[in-house]
Amino acid sequence: MYDIVYYHEAESVQDAVRALTEHPEARVIAGGTDVLVQIREGRFGPCELVSIHELRDELWGVTLDEDETICIGPITWFHAVNTDPICQERIPVLCDACDTPGGPQLRVSGTVGGNLCNGITSADTASTFFAFGAELVLEGPNGRRVVPIEKWYAGPGKTVREQNEVLVQIRIPKSHYEGFTGEYIKYGKRRALEIATMGCCCLVKLADDHETIEDVRFAYGVAGPNPCRSEAAENIARGKTVAEAAPLVGEAALEDLHPRDSWRASKDFREQLIKEMTKRALVEAAAKGGSTASWK
Amino acid sequence: MEMRILSCTVNGKPVQVGYDVRECLLDTLHDRLGLTSVKRGCEVGECGACTVLIDGVATDTCLYLTAWAEGKTIETVEGLQAPDGTLDVVQQAFVDEFAVQCGFCIPGLIMSAEEMVRSGKTFTRDEIRKCLSGHLCRCTGYQNIVNAVEKATNLVNGMVGEEASGTEEVA
Repeated sequence: MYDIVYYHEAESVQDAVRALTEHPEARVIAGGTDVLVQIREGRFGPCELVSIHELRDELWGVTLDEDETICIGPITWFHAVNTDPICQERIPVLCDACDTPGGPQLRVSGTVGGNLCNGITSADTASTFFAFGAELVLEGPNGRRVVPIEKWYAGPGKTVREQNEVLVQIRIPKSHYEGFTGEYIKYGKRRALEIATMGCCCLVKLADDHETIEDVRFAYGVAGPNPCRSEAAENIARGKTVAEAAPLVGEAALEDLHPRDSWRASKDFREQLIKEMTKRALVEAAAKGGSTASWK
Repeated sequence: MEMRILSCTVNGKPVQVGYDVRECLLDTLHDRLGLTSVKRGCEVGECGACTVLIDGVATDTCLYLTAWAEGKTIETVEGLQAPDGTLDVVQQAFVDEFAVQCGFCIPGLIMSAEEMVRSGKTFTRDEIRKCLSGHLCRCTGYQNIVNAVEKATNLVNGMVGEEASGTEEVA
């Protein structure tokens, strides 16, 4: 039994917005794998909930826009994104990232939108969405607004989403993914039911020789209070071959990233992880684009 | 908090049951419907002991509000046995492979295995381990559980090509 004092099962997004506006303390619940665990911990005290769990018609599934923007419904399960044909064909690295949170049962309850709305740096899909420069569409009492993921986070566990706004779509424009191959590496102490000690996503676009880096993006979870990119690593890699860039990107990433000590891992260890994972993610991402470079 | 009525299908039978809106499906199945195979373990989605099939998908019921089960089809271990008491193929494989020690985690594991058997696929041992990675067992060391799931999935979905062609030759 959960400590819930108000519960509303929304019948539409507008109905959810109305209920949230009428109950300024209410929280949105979608998959429940974060919110219910936090209620169980007693973190909120008596809790008011507005559920968007049943809004499948409005908020579920992956579609392709006319301009080939990938549109992901926020209450789509991790597993459903992982097995979606559009995602598998165009952004398989997101499928890989969606295969890492928790265990199989969690991945058919937890949602990709929840993974962004919880504002948590270790969220497994967050660094990949960050690398893709996803655009997040919010709907509130005054209509919709679009927030680029670079402006989404507002400190640990916080986002710019207002209490009475609902995330209604995650958009990845064609120019953000076309020609890129990617790799997401999650480091944890075990292979399932684990929160990332460090997460790193690399997207790379290679020139026709399959070795020269035309464009590259590095995004990280747990390297700071929020998911973030490393421009220093990206700048040093651009224009070089994968083999030239691989030994340099790790050190460069540390110019931008300042991880902290926590009970999960020390600062020193996290810096070591950043160096190593940046290099490996680049090489593995490039390998999917035809590069033969090695990180060993 | 207010009481509501849930209408859903549980183990093939239509069910109407009153529930408190604060409940998760684990509470409702275990405490109100007496389905004690649905175990209360960690209650935070880590141990898998409360796993049931919801519309055929193995789901942790500790993190699933009862309100969401409206109209859904729910299956637990209680629904697997045939009316004459014959065990389901997964249950029998768990018996045959000595996969059970204290038994607390087993109903959840069986429902995940049930989902695998119904997928029509066969699995490598690594794939089985991954499919079962949402369950914790503190007794067995998992070895015999993996054996049992391998046996059940192979029995139902495995290639019988060699045997089949052999039979043809004889015929």
